Amino acid sequence: MQFMLLFSRQGKLRLQKWYVPLSDKERKKISRDLVQTILARKPKMCSFLEWRDLKIVYKRYASLYFCCAVEDQDNELITLEIIHRYVELLDKYFGSVCELDIIFNFEKAYFILDEFLLGGEAQETSKKNVLKAIEQADLLQELWEPPQGWLSELSLPAST
Amino acid sequence: MSDVVEKTLSALPSLLSLDSQAGAGKLSPSSKLGNLIKGITELTSKHEEETLIKKELESIKEQVASPNTTMRQMKEIMVRAIYCEMLGYQASFSYIHAIKLAQQGSVLEKRVGYLAVSLFLNETDEFLLLLVNTVLKDLQSTNLIEVCMALTVVSQMFPKDMIPAILPVVEEKLTHPKEIIRRKAVLALYKFYLIAPNQVQHIHSKFRKALCDKDPGVMTASLHIYLQLIKENPESYKDLTGSMVTILRQVVGGKLPLDFNYHSVPAPWLQIQLLRILAYLGKEDQGTSEMMYDVLEESLRRAEMNHNITYAILFECVKTIYTVHPKSQLLEKAAECIGNFVLSPKINLKYLGLKALTYVVQQDANLALPHQMTIIECLDHSDVIIKRETLELLFRITNAQNVTVIVEKMLEFLRLTCDDYSTIDLVGKVAELAEKYSPDNVWFIQTMNSVFSLGGDVMQPDIPNNFLRLLAEGVDNVEDRQLRLFAVDSYVSLLQGETAKLPQRFLQVISWVLGEYSYLREEESDPGSVMRLLARLLDQRHTSTETRSWVLGAMTKLCSSPVSVALARDVCERYSGSLNTVLRQKAQELMILSQDTKLRARVLPAEGRLESPEVDSSLSFLDGYVSDALAAGAAPYKSPHQRQEDLVQEKALSLEPYGLSLPVSLSSCSITDRRSPTLLSMSSGLSGNSTELSHQEGSTTLKLEGVKRVWGKDGYLAQQQSAGETPTPLVELPSPLLSPQSPPSQKPSSGLEPDQEKRQLASSLFVGLGSHNSVCLMGRAETAPRHFRRKPRGESSSGASEGSSDSSHSSRSAAVDNLLHSNLLDSTTVASEGGAATTTTPQQTSQRTLDHTTSNGNPHVEGTEQRVEAGGPLSLIRGNGMVAVVPPTHTQTDPQTQQDLHPAPALERPRDLPLTSHLPAELSGLARSEFTPLCSDQDSSLALSACRVYKEDALVLLVFISNNNDSALHQMVLQLTCKELEISCISGSPLKEVKGHSVSVCLHTVVMKRASVQVELAGLLSYQRPLGQPQAAQFSLSLSLKHFLRPLTVSTGDYGKMWLSFSHDLKQNLRLVTTEHQEPLTATLDALKGKLHLHVVDIIGSEGIVACRLLQGPGQGQPCLLHCRVHADSLAVWLRSPVPELPDSLLYHCQKALTET
Repeated sequence: MQFMLLFSRQGKLRLQKWYVPLSDKERKKISRDLVQTILARKPKMCSFLEWRDLKIVYKRYASLYFCCAVEDQDNELITLEIIHRYVELLDKYFGSVCELDIIFNFEKAYFILDEFLLGGEAQETSKKNVLKAIEQADLLQELWEPPQGWLSELSLPAST
Repeated sequence: MSDVVEKTLSALPSLLSLDSQAGAGKLSPSSKLGNLIKGITELTSKHEEETLIKKELESIKEQVASPNTTMRQMKEIMVRAIYCEMLGYQASFSYIHAIKLAQQGSVLEKRVGYLAVSLFLNETDEFLLLLVNTVLKDLQSTNLIEVCMALTVVSQMFPKDMIPAILPVVEEKLTHPKEIIRRKAVLALYKFYLIAPNQVQHIHSKFRKALCDKDPGVMTASLHIYLQLIKENPESYKDLTGSMVTILRQVVGGKLPLDFNYHSVPAPWLQIQLLRILAYLGKEDQGTSEMMYDVLEESLRRAEMNHNITYAILFECVKTIYTVHPKSQLLEKAAECIGNFVLSPKINLKYLGLKALTYVVQQDANLALPHQMTIIECLDHSDVIIKRETLELLFRITNAQNVTVIVEKMLEFLRLTCDDYSTIDLVGKVAELAEKYSPDNVWFIQTMNSVFSLGGDVMQPDIPNNFLRLLAEGVDNVEDRQLRLFAVDSYVSLLQGETAKLPQRFLQVISWVLGEYSYLREEESDPGSVMRLLARLLDQRHTSTETRSWVLGAMTKLCSSPVSVALARDVCERYSGSLNTVLRQKAQELMILSQDTKLRARVLPAEGRLESPEVDSSLSFLDGYVSDALAAGAAPYKSPHQRQEDLVQEKALSLEPYGLSLPVSLSSCSITDRRSPTLLSMSSGLSGNSTELSHQEGSTTLKLEGVKRVWGKDGYLAQQQSAGETPTPLVELPSPLLSPQSPPSQKPSSGLEPDQEKRQLASSLFVGLGSHNSVCLMGRAETAPRHFRRKPRGESSSGASEGSSDSSHSSRSAAVDNLLHSNLLDSTTVASEGGAATTTTPQQTSQRTLDHTTSNGNPHVEGTEQRVEAGGPLSLIRGNGMVAVVPPTHTQTDPQTQQDLHPAPALERPRDLPLTSHLPAELSGLARSEFTPLCSDQDSSLALSACRVYKEDALVLLVFISNNNDSALHQMVLQLTCKELEISCISGSPLKEVKGHSVSVCLHTVVMKRASVQVELAGLLSYQRPLGQPQAAQFSLSLSLKHFLRPLTVSTGDYGKMWLSFSHDLKQNLRLVTTEHQEPLTATLDALKGKLHLHVVDIIGSEGIVACRLLQGPGQGQPCLLHCRVHADSLAVWLRSPVPELPDSLLYHCQKALTET
């Protein structure tokens, strides 16, 4: 996979992950072009697009578009399922995920993505294992956070 | 589930009530970000957003710079910075702080730091170097989470040069007790392999361990590496086929933990990965393919659920089945599967069905027939993607009969599309089809007119070039004249109309053609008319400067009549004062030539313009001028190399920036200078004027190149002649409406029912694919009018006609196959051989027919053979009991040498003896290859081996015949055949017999007739045992171009002269080899020298020149020169040779040699 973009129906980028080295300018141009092209397509149309020399696979979930760029010889359908599995992971993690979850917790969405896809390849396809890895890292957060919250509740200066 | 709910609940307040955590003036992460996000969503205009973000970035900047900011606050700030970047605003000042956060933060803060780094930075960013130590520290941490984070970031981006620093630690992680660490380590190594393959070469054995890991996740991860490795070099991993098949069988059989199921399909990602690997392994390899047939069938069978994921597997499975060695039963199932895709109401599946069809019609165009109606419907589909894919499919099934309809459909699409990318692609395809299958001149010119007007200025420049070449090409027969005349007429009428909309490229083509061929129509119209049209074009505002210079060039050729001369003078007056130097020069030329009729007749003869002018590439006619100039005190000429050296030396004196930048620009300029001597004078005037020198230069250069380069001695001319023998065959018309000549636009007016219309369209689209066409399909080359066929492009892009013969036979019976093959290779033997060969299996056919063609169909060999690749494993000829050979009636001139034999000890089998002792004395001191076993029969009583000896002026091929039996071999005849090679026996009387337990050697010198990457040599040894029947052993041996290369020792001066005189060139960037001790350039050239027997002539600074020659009979050779320059981290190589094929093939081997090191 070359990159993954998440954007809203209004064309606002919600997440972008690039697996190939591109300059900032190219990235912006690509995402602008793609968002425009995909938003112009009708709902009953094919989920695949030939775009430059790449194959774009996209799918809409509620108000969010998920879009991946793969090489021509890659399997489009399995890419579609990668998107779906990612949505499932988000759903399970946030509990019936909505666009707001991703807007406000986009770093979490990135963490989940990194456990699922690494360097553009599917790293772990077992839902359980991905979530386990995320939870372990989050657990750490909980170990760190409660004293913090507790201290601030008592209006005491935090010890960091 | 409950824990997730809990988590969600705990996260909710922070999301919704943004102030809940704010206490004691403490910065709460969610509130700040939340406020920002909320603020943005409330805004209405882009401008407001900009102001807000700018303010936000200012405040972030302030905070990160403050020494009081804690890491905890930094983490929150970084999240906001990521958000701003995502919205498209630069926050580059925060990059360094992201790295700092990853370095110094606690585990949690590190996590955000690493995330920010991976989002902000690029693989090539220098900032990444600052991260190396942090990564190293974290990799060695005892905290698993830290190790995981470090591996995650490493697998996404890491500076290539720093890989050695962390490689040992990553390698260590392959044996880590936690599977998640092992998995990430494998993926990190995969990343390393992708960016620096040579650095991980030593750990291939560890990859195998990962493949055998007990955790399925780790094993799956290792497949990414194997897919890449096997894709690049399938031969080395054939031994893994068994394991891959077993793994796939287990996965398909549901042996993996249920965790890996996806919508109750077991590990689909893993399945697809395995199928792709199997496709690479089984490609063109029957033995390996046979191992996987069962599991492929099982995969097809199991994937029956109606869900996307099963379709994904099915699609991959079909692709694999069509890639590996064909098995008819599987192909039938796969074809059925494709049918289901095509017919599916789901649009995604339909698209994939079409895509699959485009793959498979290359092997068997009949597969498209059952789906005619669907394809027609897709052609008018509302989704442009579907339309596009359908056209792609039609492009693959185009033949001489349906070309007009298909091209019309493509042009229709082109008129509607506004996407440059597909325009360029489609225009190229239309041009290719038009050249290949055009039914007549009128259609061809009209189609090309559409191509030029639609393709405009975005199309590939080789389309107009090829078109002009095609026009200019050819003997002056009636047909060519008609084509040219028609082109001229159609352009004249175009110019008479509105020209503002015509693209510049088209106008250039028009002017060139009018300049060259207007004389063809002159008798029927007034002589000045074309001139006037051109003059009008010249004066129009939208005509570009470049086009103007083409127009002036055309006028120069036309100004023969008095009317024209007057017109020319008029034009010259206006343009000789032009600010553009090219235009001014052209106008001057026109002025002088139009006034001096004699000079004009000499420079631009009306007839015979096509013959390429003699070019004195050494510029010897300037010698007098040069010596005069030198005598008058001019500085002697310095070669670009020297100039560059001088500059380097002068660097101490000159200013640093100039010293650095000048050599590069100078040398690149010098390269253009050397392109063609005729350009030399131009380029000074042109410098900085245009990027397309050759276009500006005008028609003379184009003509010169066109005639000389592509239409070489044996390329197109030969075809042209044969086309002369068989006059352009006109197609049989199935029905009057469908005739190729009748444009499809007639149809609507015929007032047919829509459905019927579709049917008619179908029959015109699919004409030529029907049942009678199984032969026509393969022999399509014959049915196409040859006039328009062009070799190089047809092969690369459509490959449907010739290339597919090997794998297309599967679905038909062997007999048909044989016919097809015979037909393809040698049509004269079909009738006599077809019957005799009915019992053979498909895989033999190709080899057999080769045999037939070469020996005029005399020996009938029955039995099975196996192909033996050079260096491949020893294989046995099976079924030797059944071998029946009728010895050739005429033993041709096939003399063989019998060497002095050393009788082998009775106990030892001769095959095990070192064959070295049988090497002829005069060859023993020379470099030679390993001994390659060719074949042996079942009881090893006869074994053949080969060895190559690299003599300075020849390649000597030795075939060792080891007789391991007591009885002698009689009536031995060894035949070596290969179309691409010239094989001659070295000396001695024909070898007649080999005594029991002895070895004899046959020596042949082998020379390539024309350069090609690799050739297959077929051999047949027929012999007879006492009291036995005649027998035969067949073998094949592949010889590569590099075996025929020898160093060419020339001086730098000679190299320079040769460089100028060679016309075929090729440029490419190659990988640089890096070693510890040497400069990259030296190391790379040394590697090439070692592997390909090249001669390194000179290395100067960052440039190196290399020469070699391809053996070509005694005392001859075709030279090839390489000019190498280090450019960034790759090697820009420019190859030149007098023969067209050599640079291409040599480049292939250079690439291969460098990837191997």
